[in-house]
Amino acid sequence: MTDNEHEIEQPDERVPKRVIGTPPPGTPMLGEAEARDAGDAGGETPGITLQDEKRASGAEKLVALCFLLAFLGGVAFLVSYVVFQVGSPEATGVSNLALGSSLTVAVLGLAVGIVVWVRQIMPKYALVQERHLMVSGEDDREVVADTFVEGANESGFVKRKMMRRTLLLAAAPLGLIPLILLRDLDNTKMKATSFNKLLRHTVWGEKTVEGQPRRLIVEGTGQPIRAADFNSPGGILSIVPEGYEHDLNVLAKATLILIKFRPEELKSGVNKNWTHDGIVAYSKICTHVGCPAALYEQTTHHILCPCHQSTFDAADGAKVIFGPAARPLPQLPITVDNEGFLVAAGDFPVPVGPSYWERGDAEAEARAKGGQA
Amino acid sequence: MSELTTVPKAVGGPSNWLDERLGGANFLKRNLRKVFPDHWSFLLGEIALYSFIILLLTGTFLTFWFKPSMEHVLYDGSYAPLQGVGMSAAYASSLEISFDVRGGLLMRQMHHWAALLFIAGMMVHMLRVFFTGAYRKPREINWIIGILLLTLALAEGLTGYSLPDDLLSGAGARITQGVAISLPLVGTYVSFFLFGGEYPGTDLISRFYALHILLIPGILLALISAHLVLMWVQKHTQMPGKGRANTNVVGAPFYPAFMAKAGAYFLFTLAVVAGLSTFAQINPIWIYGPYTPADISAGSQPDWYMGFLEGSLRIMPAWEINMFGTAHAGTLPLSVIIPALLPLGLVMTGLALYPFLERWITGDHREHHMAERPRNNPHRTSIGMAGISFYGVLWLLGANDEISAFFHINLNWTTYAGRVLVFAAPVLAYIITYRICLGLQRSDAEVVSHGVESGVIKRLPHGEFIEIHTPPAEDIEAHVRGKEPVAMLPMAEDPSGIPHKGMRGPIGKLRARMSKAYGGEKIPLVDGHGHEEEERAAVGPGEEDHTLTR
Repeated sequence: MTDNEHEIEQPDERVPKRVIGTPPPGTPMLGEAEARDAGDAGGETPGITLQDEKRASGAEKLVALCFLLAFLGGVAFLVSYVVFQVGSPEATGVSNLALGSSLTVAVLGLAVGIVVWVRQIMPKYALVQERHLMVSGEDDREVVADTFVEGANESGFVKRKMMRRTLLLAAAPLGLIPLILLRDLDNTKMKATSFNKLLRHTVWGEKTVEGQPRRLIVEGTGQPIRAADFNSPGGILSIVPEGYEHDLNVLAKATLILIKFRPEELKSGVNKNWTHDGIVAYSKICTHVGCPAALYEQTTHHILCPCHQSTFDAADGAKVIFGPAARPLPQLPITVDNEGFLVAAGDFPVPVGPSYWERGDAEAEARAKGGQA
Repeated sequence: MSELTTVPKAVGGPSNWLDERLGGANFLKRNLRKVFPDHWSFLLGEIALYSFIILLLTGTFLTFWFKPSMEHVLYDGSYAPLQGVGMSAAYASSLEISFDVRGGLLMRQMHHWAALLFIAGMMVHMLRVFFTGAYRKPREINWIIGILLLTLALAEGLTGYSLPDDLLSGAGARITQGVAISLPLVGTYVSFFLFGGEYPGTDLISRFYALHILLIPGILLALISAHLVLMWVQKHTQMPGKGRANTNVVGAPFYPAFMAKAGAYFLFTLAVVAGLSTFAQINPIWIYGPYTPADISAGSQPDWYMGFLEGSLRIMPAWEINMFGTAHAGTLPLSVIIPALLPLGLVMTGLALYPFLERWITGDHREHHMAERPRNNPHRTSIGMAGISFYGVLWLLGANDEISAFFHINLNWTTYAGRVLVFAAPVLAYIITYRICLGLQRSDAEVVSHGVESGVIKRLPHGEFIEIHTPPAEDIEAHVRGKEPVAMLPMAEDPSGIPHKGMRGPIGKLRARMSKAYGGEKIPLVDGHGHEEEERAAVGPGEEDHTLTR
């Protein structure tokens, strides 16, 4: 009983004084050194608490160990550089592992060593420095103001209006020069107002050099395709234009996806005159920001753009059924040439790819001209 | 063990030479022992600084081999699967760095990891500064510089991401072009000037290269230097605590302690970046293949810091307006313009203006050198958390395809949820954070007035159980007592009932109302029986003083 009471009356010894979530007392943040108070540590500078010498010399061994490790890491890096060659993915992997891990050890050893040095060998600091308002003294400000006025008057900038105004006049065109110099950033040698006209056409609207309609080339194989060979419903192909298989500027506008349907699957959104035997060609370039809409789900006929998930119904004129794209993927009129190869029957009725200011309601425009957008 | 009594010759000689020419001793006398306050959160900005240094070093290494050209070449390097494949010189040289230069892959990966860490470090540093009010007078200039740095870093990331010219980086360039061309009036001009003609052209990489290795890093370097000089001149803020005041700085001296710590911290950052680059593969460009606008891989994801823009593009409904019908002008692709510009503009402008808006509302023109604990300015903290939720929802939605695949959720539903959450989450976050802040303030008040629960239960003679409370540790109490009420405009009307100047008219009244809500002391630290030992009933009604809640 007596023992119990004794314990309860001196809770200071055994109970925490802190709240959960606050730092433990005596962390540097709260100035342990201060709490110990430098004043009573006889002979020390206030705010500097020297480490216990025994502890410090223990720490020195630890620091030295870390530095030794760092040394070994550094040497290992140099050796690895010479020993491990690169070339194949496997060899590069080994070299990367050896160089990277030895560099990590070298640097980490140094880092840990220095931290132990600072924390266990250098004194604990709680130095105090005065802080002063940022603002300058009133006298200084007045002197500066006077000097400014004096200098301005001496220069004659205020008094001599003609000089001042012509100076400002001279500066104005100089400011424009850097902007003007950027005008030739485009290499088209066109009027800037006609840039947008380039966006209205693709190479599908042009005949080949032989004067033939342009064939649809299967991307990757580089071969044209016969309608008869593309005969499994649900199939999809990525198509590039004949003669421009590797021209990136052309591909950015003219790449197609070609899908084979059963005739009964096609809905009213598809212009059936522009299909051939259930084969429909759509622009692959998403009408949102231009990523290739490359994913196709056979069962639902959905074309999905992997960038922002605009989803188009391929069986219904590629109209948008989900996502941020505002317009259907334009349909390309296709037919077959006399050898049975699929060819373009004309250009897209509307500009492909992302919308831009000068595009206007191209779909309505195409409809008004009698076509179907 | 010997100690120095004088400056050794090896140091003294050169120092003397320099001092005779520069007079540096005067500067060093004042600054060698400059005091730096200590708190873990003050290290966040340093991560960004050191990442930047790593970026400069690894980036310089990469430039020795990288060819910023879109010229078409046939690959003949040592990565077998791509041999004979046509590609740009940029991509081929990136492969060369990866497979034919010893340490090249390591440096490339370190460059990428450091870039991710650079922006992450900047952002958490910015949040620390925001939530502790460290942007307040006199540090508004440094705050603005910080916002500029963050914006430039995003541009630096975007331009760097496009350089290797692999399929993934090309997707980023394609989206950039899609956004650029959507701008009202100037869209086609911007796109044609940037790409040198039609997309993708053959100029983008050399242009982005110039921006990425010269212009933007040059500006970054200048701004970072200014950032550091201002920090040095204005001295660092410090957390409230024992012996600390608005008129002093308490901490460790630059020489030797802070200097060594900063050096160690740089090495830690370097070690983390090197370790990640050794064990965590990043951007394996050889898998993606060369860029072509005709192809893309599913699950294409930008670097993390672009995720919020990606997300806002993804959740936007398909709005597009043709203002003049079929005329060749007036198309507004709102489904691109709004998500590309609005969130970024909102966040950056909001951040840049915040110090000035807060000053206008609180009328607080004093200098502040003490960091505020987030709970002690509940409205600011709630606004910050609302901003984080807004950003966070957009960021998550930038990976909604991954979320959908991983959790087996319908993809479209993630988008619908995002459309609601982007508005609902910030409101919720605001309310919840506000309540949490008040709760934390209340628990602070409790600690100061009643002490800390000791965990010791005592049974009184009549059978009641009580828990013994002890006063908090001195330093903790000082930390808690560092609280200051948020400043408020003078509210009292003069005797004739005329409101203060600046609080008349509709805007003035709004200002006064906002000031009243934003400022003031929500939960005062009541001085109870502070330092005496205190006993309280362990079980029983709490003393909820409802007048304290708003």
